[in-house]
Amino acid sequence: MIAFTVNGNKVRVDVAPDTPLLWVLRDTVGLTGTKYGCGIAQCGACTVHLDGEPIRSCTTPVSQAAGRQVLTIEGLSRNNSHPVQKAWIAEDVPQCGYCQSGQIMTTVALLAKIKNPSDAEIDEALAGNICRCGTYNGVRRAVHRAAKLMGA
Amino acid sequence: MKRTVNESRRAFLKATAAAGGGLLIAFRIPGALRFAEAATASSAQVNAFVKIGTDNIVTVVIGQSEMGQGVWTSIPMMLAEELEADWSKIRVEQGGVDPAFANPRYVGFRAQGGFQGTGGSSSVRNVGVNVRKAGAAARQMLITAAAQGWGVNEEECYAEKNMVIHRPSGKKLSYGSLAEKAAKVPLPKYVPLKNPQDFKIIGKSLPLLDTPSKVSGKTVYGIDVKVPGMLVATVAQCPVFGGKAASFNADKAKAIKGVRHVVQISSGIAVVADDFWSAKKGRDALEITWDEGPLAKVSQADLFKSFAELSQKPGAVRRNDGDVEKALKEAAKKIEAVYEVPFVAHVCMEPMNATAQWRGDSVEIWAPTQAQSWTQAAVAKHTGLPPEKIKINTTFLGGGFGRRLYWDFAIDAVETSKAVGAPVKVIWTREDDIQHDFYRPASYNVLAAGLDEKGMPVAWKHRIVGTSILQYFPPFSHLLRKDGMDPTSVGGAGDIFPYNVPNVYVDYTLHNPGVPSGFWRSVGNSQNAFIMESFMDELAAAARKDAFEYRLQLLKNPRDKGVLELAAHKAKWGSPLPAGVYRGIAEHFSYNSYCAQVAEVSVGRDGKAKVHRIVAAADPGWVVHPERFKAQIESGILYGLSGALFGEITIKNGRVEQSNFDNYPVPRMSDMPKIEVYILQGEGEQGGAGEPGVPSASPAVANAIFAATGKRIRKLPVRAEDLRTA
Repeated sequence: MIAFTVNGNKVRVDVAPDTPLLWVLRDTVGLTGTKYGCGIAQCGACTVHLDGEPIRSCTTPVSQAAGRQVLTIEGLSRNNSHPVQKAWIAEDVPQCGYCQSGQIMTTVALLAKIKNPSDAEIDEALAGNICRCGTYNGVRRAVHRAAKLMGA
Repeated sequence: MKRTVNESRRAFLKATAAAGGGLLIAFRIPGALRFAEAATASSAQVNAFVKIGTDNIVTVVIGQSEMGQGVWTSIPMMLAEELEADWSKIRVEQGGVDPAFANPRYVGFRAQGGFQGTGGSSSVRNVGVNVRKAGAAARQMLITAAAQGWGVNEEECYAEKNMVIHRPSGKKLSYGSLAEKAAKVPLPKYVPLKNPQDFKIIGKSLPLLDTPSKVSGKTVYGIDVKVPGMLVATVAQCPVFGGKAASFNADKAKAIKGVRHVVQISSGIAVVADDFWSAKKGRDALEITWDEGPLAKVSQADLFKSFAELSQKPGAVRRNDGDVEKALKEAAKKIEAVYEVPFVAHVCMEPMNATAQWRGDSVEIWAPTQAQSWTQAAVAKHTGLPPEKIKINTTFLGGGFGRRLYWDFAIDAVETSKAVGAPVKVIWTREDDIQHDFYRPASYNVLAAGLDEKGMPVAWKHRIVGTSILQYFPPFSHLLRKDGMDPTSVGGAGDIFPYNVPNVYVDYTLHNPGVPSGFWRSVGNSQNAFIMESFMDELAAAARKDAFEYRLQLLKNPRDKGVLELAAHKAKWGSPLPAGVYRGIAEHFSYNSYCAQVAEVSVGRDGKAKVHRIVAAADPGWVVHPERFKAQIESGILYGLSGALFGEITIKNGRVEQSNFDNYPVPRMSDMPKIEVYILQGEGEQGGAGEPGVPSASPAVANAIFAATGKRIRKLPVRAEDLRTA
């Protein structure tokens, strides 16, 4: 049994310790907002926070989460009230939407570190998040908008 | 622009009372064959275009697949416009498979009841008119119901924001209160559609209805489907195209905790487990001996060598204006070039997947599909079940780009569920996705042009040797001509020749040892626009003329000229740029939309090309949602760049050498240029949005690279080692 916290709720899972956190979240815990895109930490669709740090859950064994806090897209807010979600809605960023959980989770972590990031800082922070629909310019606009909403 | 509700002899609307009370309008196609018979009364209730409830809620049921292009909003907008609905009362529901949703774009299939699918940039421009007719009919019926109730003349009543209003008295009734009565009103024979100047909803960039669930993680894509009792599977496919498992040993796989079954299906060996990771571990533990088949000897270099040899001989003729050989011989100057394009993969962010529940005499499927009808037909053929026993639930799609016009992943799920007797979700890994795609065709192109004394082209000859899309798409096999002409692979290269050149000849030789080729966003247009617009740039350079002026002088259609001029104007063509930055221009017509682009590019001493900005001008006639239209053009541009600057699938020993984003790179945020899109609303039929942004992106960039370096890009993708100066 491996115990950790997901979005403030304690969970205990009976899985092989080398199982990637991604699949534990999706198949065992039942939170499917975190996405599988590559399985090798190349695309960022699986980004969640582990004790506040953005990580690639597809290559993070669940054993590393033991006793720690995991935050997923579902835990950001109950009603899209997180400023990053608000900014995303205001800019109507998503197209297919599949990569957006990862883009948003990376952005939340970025804004916790840098209150008002420049375009270059945004590019660097989000370099690991692939979007095939080409929403990158919308993501950039939404990051700036979210920074403003958060009082930067 | 004016169209009536029941003008078509083939199609008509059907109105009935909804199960829970209220009015329901469906689209019906009488005389449809077997396919349509599935549409019983009960399915009509599910597959109506619009349901107006006694609670005043208007539910728009859509048959199109939402993959980011915005149909979840644009289709309801078109319906609400004609219905005079209150936008805040609109709800959206995904419909099943039904002739009601037949896509008029696929006209060849009308006799079979039509086909439901999302491709060819067709949702708004082709399906939209049916949706508008349903809205218009419902509005008229609600007005009739109100007028009858009040005992007044219909002409004295009008509709606005979910209300019917009697003009002289000011009396009002809500749609909800009229819905049941309206269901008993005969369907009107003639209702004119609105003229664009009267649009209140169409033309506004309303907030997208699917955005909130996409930023909360609640949107259900195919990969997120959960069915009670469901198992999860992943399939080991032969790495060589066309290969099969000769034998396998599942002992080690079955020893993995969570693995329940190992079964052989058509595409390979499926490992079925409680969850994906157990299935994946089981798959990794499988011992399989593959019978790789004849393709195991095929490699990229041999393929292109065969292409080059075949290009010595004439192919199937696509276009033959005038006498190209004579004109080439007599031309003052002759320009020749060879262009090569590789296979490229789609790489949707959501890897292929589907869920199926086999029930013996029926099957239910949940899939992120662009092709409901074709999937249903394929499953019917595969299982022997009649189509009406195959229920397909369309989920949201994590990207489509043409890849999800295929049904291979759905067959995997159906076969596996049948084999194990439980609902099964089959998930492909990213590696499966990249190595078992239907790739954009590879081709080898020999071009020749003749210029007159003034440098203007008098002859254009384009010989294409390449793989075929239609060869791998049975529903369209009748379009593959007996002489091997594949109009989709040749698309954009000669079907419409936009320039005023008196002698034009285009031919095509199909050659493919067996690499699956398919529809890749904008299809033939994507590679052929690159070739044509690059070669046109070569002609302008040979004539020592400005690339923009040269095209403007030669383009025949004023709408092609219009977008070219607008893009050049907005990009300030000819004005100074920062040091090291150069411009390129290209224009292409596809899916009834015109699109020109000006790219601003610099090339570093290391040979790396950086695209700084692209200014695009597009003329799609008229648009429903301007911001989403622009977003789609922007999206198409990036997709085009991914094919030009990044993507290359290579074949070695019959297998794909690339496997994931580490060796099949795609554009990342830092690669994204600034993009400006300008809409020009020309006269005529509406054009598409999803694809027309793709074709002119790669030639605009390649032409800018030529301006920057003097090196002509004749082989994709663009390679830094070819442009390096230090």
